[in-house]
Amino acid sequence: MSNYTEDDLEKDLDNQEYKFGFTTDIEADQAPKGLNEDIIRFISAKKEEPEWLLNHRLEAFEMWKTMKEPDWAHVKYKKPNFQDIIYYSAPKQTKKYESWDDVDPEMKETMKKLGISMEEQKRLTGTNIAVDFVMDSVSVATSFKEKLGELGIIFCSFSEAVKDYPDLVRENMGTVVPTSDNFYAALNSAVFTDGSFCYIPKGVRCPMELSTYFRINEGGTGQFERTLVVADEGSYVSYLEGCTAPQRDENQLHAAVVELIAKDNAEIKYSTVQNWYPGDKNGLGGIFNFVTKRGICGTNSKISWTQVETGSAVTWKYPSCILKGDNSVGEFFSVAVTNNYQQADTGTKMIHLGKNTKSTIISKGISAGKSHNSYRGLVQIHKNATNARNFSQCDSLLMSDESGAHTFPYIECRNSSSKVEHEATTSKIGEDQIFYCKQRGIGEEKAIGLIVNGYCKEVLNQLPMEFAVEAQKLLTISLEGSVG
Amino acid sequence: MIKIENLRASIGDKEILKGLNLEVKAGEIHAIMGPNGAGKSTLASVLAGREDYEVTEGSVDFDGTDLLDLSTEDRAREGLFLAFQYPIAIPGVSNINFLKTAIGEIREYKKEDPITAKEFMALVREKSKLVELDAKLASRSVNEGFSGGEKKRNEIFQMAMLNPKLAILDETDSGLDIDALRIVANGVNKLKTKGNATIVITHYQRLLDYIIPDFVHVLYDGKIVKTGGKELALELEEKGYDWIKEELANN
Ligand SMILES: Nc1ncnc2c1ncn2[C@@H]1O[C@H](COP(=O)(O)OP(=O)(O)O)[C@@H](O)[C@H]1O
Ligand SMILES: [Mg+2]
Repeated sequence: MSNYTEDDLEKDLDNQEYKFGFTTDIEADQAPKGLNEDIIRFISAKKEEPEWLLNHRLEAFEMWKTMKEPDWAHVKYKKPNFQDIIYYSAPKQTKKYESWDDVDPEMKETMKKLGISMEEQKRLTGTNIAVDFVMDSVSVATSFKEKLGELGIIFCSFSEAVKDYPDLVRENMGTVVPTSDNFYAALNSAVFTDGSFCYIPKGVRCPMELSTYFRINEGGTGQFERTLVVADEGSYVSYLEGCTAPQRDENQLHAAVVELIAKDNAEIKYSTVQNWYPGDKNGLGGIFNFVTKRGICGTNSKISWTQVETGSAVTWKYPSCILKGDNSVGEFFSVAVTNNYQQADTGTKMIHLGKNTKSTIISKGISAGKSHNSYRGLVQIHKNATNARNFSQCDSLLMSDESGAHTFPYIECRNSSSKVEHEATTSKIGEDQIFYCKQRGIGEEKAIGLIVNGYCKEVLNQLPMEFAVEAQKLLTISLEGSVG
Repeated sequence: MIKIENLRASIGDKEILKGLNLEVKAGEIHAIMGPNGAGKSTLASVLAGREDYEVTEGSVDFDGTDLLDLSTEDRAREGLFLAFQYPIAIPGVSNINFLKTAIGEIREYKKEDPITAKEFMALVREKSKLVELDAKLASRSVNEGFSGGEKKRNEIFQMAMLNPKLAILDETDSGLDIDALRIVANGVNKLKTKGNATIVITHYQRLLDYIIPDFVHVLYDGKIVKTGGKELALELEEKGYDWIKEELANN
C-alpha cells in the first residue's frame, strides 16, 4: 500500500470503469439499478471482499440465471423486475460509531419514528441486549462487542466478519442453505450486501440476547441480508431479529438468508418480530419478503425458531430445522397476522435425520380484511430416524368473512417407529368474546388485542420479555379496525 | 337508577320485548322471574347493548343519561354490569389481565388516574375472598376450563372488582349447588349499598331466600305482567306460571 501512487489509482479507476461497465464514483453511495456481473463485482469491490467470495457470488449469479421464480406458494403478486432494483446503497456516513452518543441525531430521530428509539435501545443495551443496526446495506452501529469479546463471542456485521474472520465465514457460509437451494437464496448469495455474523465458542453461554434491528431505508433499495449464527459445541445463544420499515408506494423486495449451525450439545434460540410495511388499505405498495431461514442441529442440540409476522405485502418464509444429530430438537413457534390485502405463505420444515429427534410446530395464523394466510409445513422423517417424534398444531383465526386461512401440511415418513401428530383448527373471532369484553368496559380495539394476544400466548411466551411486549403491541396495532 | 319505558326490541323480524316497563331505584333489589323464552336474557342483552337486537321503541334512562344512546362499553363504564347466564371463555387471557384492562378503560373514561399495580393486587385479594374464589382462578385464563360454579363465582368476582351502579344477574343461580349458591348470594349481599341497585333474573325462588328482593316482577311474553313483593316469588314457586297466563287471558 505504501507505494501506491496516484498513477495506480488512476489505473484502478480506469479498470473499474471498464470492469463495471458504468462510471463509478469511488464515493458512490449507490450502484445503478439493475443486475449483471458488473454490479456484483461492484458490490464485492465496495466491500473489499476476498477473491473467493467474489467467485462465490458470481457462481451464485450464474446459477440464479438458470432458475425460475417459485410459484407454488399460495400468494399472488406482480413479479419483481430484477433489473429495476438498486442492489447496493450505503447510508451517508463519514465514520463508524464508537458509542450511541456518536450516532447521527437525524438517524436517532428516524429510529424514534420507527418506534425503536435510541433511548430505549440504550436502556436495553445498558441492561442486557446488544444491538447491531443494519441501516440499508451497511451496519452503522455495533455495541457491546468488547463485553462479548471477553467471552470469545463474535457478534458483528457480515462484512466485518468476512474481513476479520474469513475462515469462520468461509467454512460455514452456504453449508445450511446452499446457493442452489432456491431462486431467492441464489439471488441473495449473488448480491447480499450485509447482515450479521455471530459465533459462540465451545461451552459458552451467551449472557445477553443478541439483537439486530433491520430496516429498509432508501427508496427502491433491495435488501439482501445474510445472517450466519454458529453455536459451537455446548454453547447457547438467544438471537433477536426485529424489522420495521417506513411507508412507501413501490414494492420492495427483501430476500434474506439466515443460516444457523448448532454443533453438538448447543442451543440456538432465534426470535423474529417482523413488521415491514404491508402496503396500504387498498393493497398498494408494501414489502415482498422472500426469506430462506434454516438451521442444522448436531447431536443433542436444539434450534428454536419463534416468529411474529405482521408486516410485508407478501411473505414467503419457512424457518426450518435439519435434525441431523441424534437426540436433536427442532421447534417452530409462529404467529402470522395478515390484514387488508396482505398475503402470507409461511411455515416450517422439520427434517428428521437422526435417531430420537424431536420437533414441535405451533402455528397461529390470523387473517383479517381481505387477506390470505397459509400455513405450509413439511415434516420429513428419514429412514434412519428411529423414534423420531413430531407434534404440529396449526390454528387459524378469521377476523373477517372475506379473509382466508389455508393449511398445507406435508408429512413424509420413512421410519415406522416414528410418531407424527398433526392438529389443526379454524375459528372465527367470537362476537361473544368481544361483547363480553365490551360489557366490562373494554373498547373494541383493546378487546381484539386481548383476544388475539391470548390466542397467540403459547407463541408469545417463547419470546424474550422485551420482545414479547413489543410483539403484543404490534399484534394489536396491525389488527386495528379489522373485525367484520 | 334505571327507568325503562315501553321498551320494544326484536331480533330479525321477531319481536321479543313488547313494550316493557320497569323502574329500579338506588338501593333496591328487583327480581325478574318468568318462564323460559319469556325474554329475560333478551332484556339483559338489550340493556347491555348487544347489537344483534334492534330497539324499535321506548326509552331507557340510566341515572340521567339516555342508555340506548351509549355504546356497549360506555354503558359498562357508566356503571352497568351484566353477570352473564353463560360466561364466555377467553383462552390465553388471564382474569387479572382482563380485569386490569377493564378497570384501566373505565378509569380512563372517567378521567381518573390509572390504578397502580399495588392497588390492583390489593383489590384482587380483597374481592376474591368475597366469593371465596381461589387465588389461582384469578390468574387463570378468563373462564377457560372453569366449572359451571366457578364461572358464576367469577362473574360476581368481576362485579366486585368493577363496583357497578347497576348489576344485572342473569340466572346466576342456575347450575349452582347449595353451597355455591350461598357463596354467590353472600357476595352479592355484601356488595349491596344504598347507592347501587341489583336486578336478579332467576327461574327459581330459592336464590331469593338468600338475596331478598324488594320487588318481584313476572316477565311474560316480552312484558312485565305482574309485580309484587317477595311473597310473589313463593306463589310462583308453588303454582307455576299457568295461573298468570290464565289471569292475562281473562283480562
Ligand atoms: N339470537 C336469537 N335469535 C332468534 N331468537 C332468539 C335469539 N335469542 C333469543 N331468541 C328468542 O327470544 C325469546 C326470548 O329468549 P330469552 O330472552 O333468552 O328468554 P329467557 O331468558 O327468558 O329464557 C325466545 O323465544 C328465544 O328463542
Ligand atoms: Mg335466559
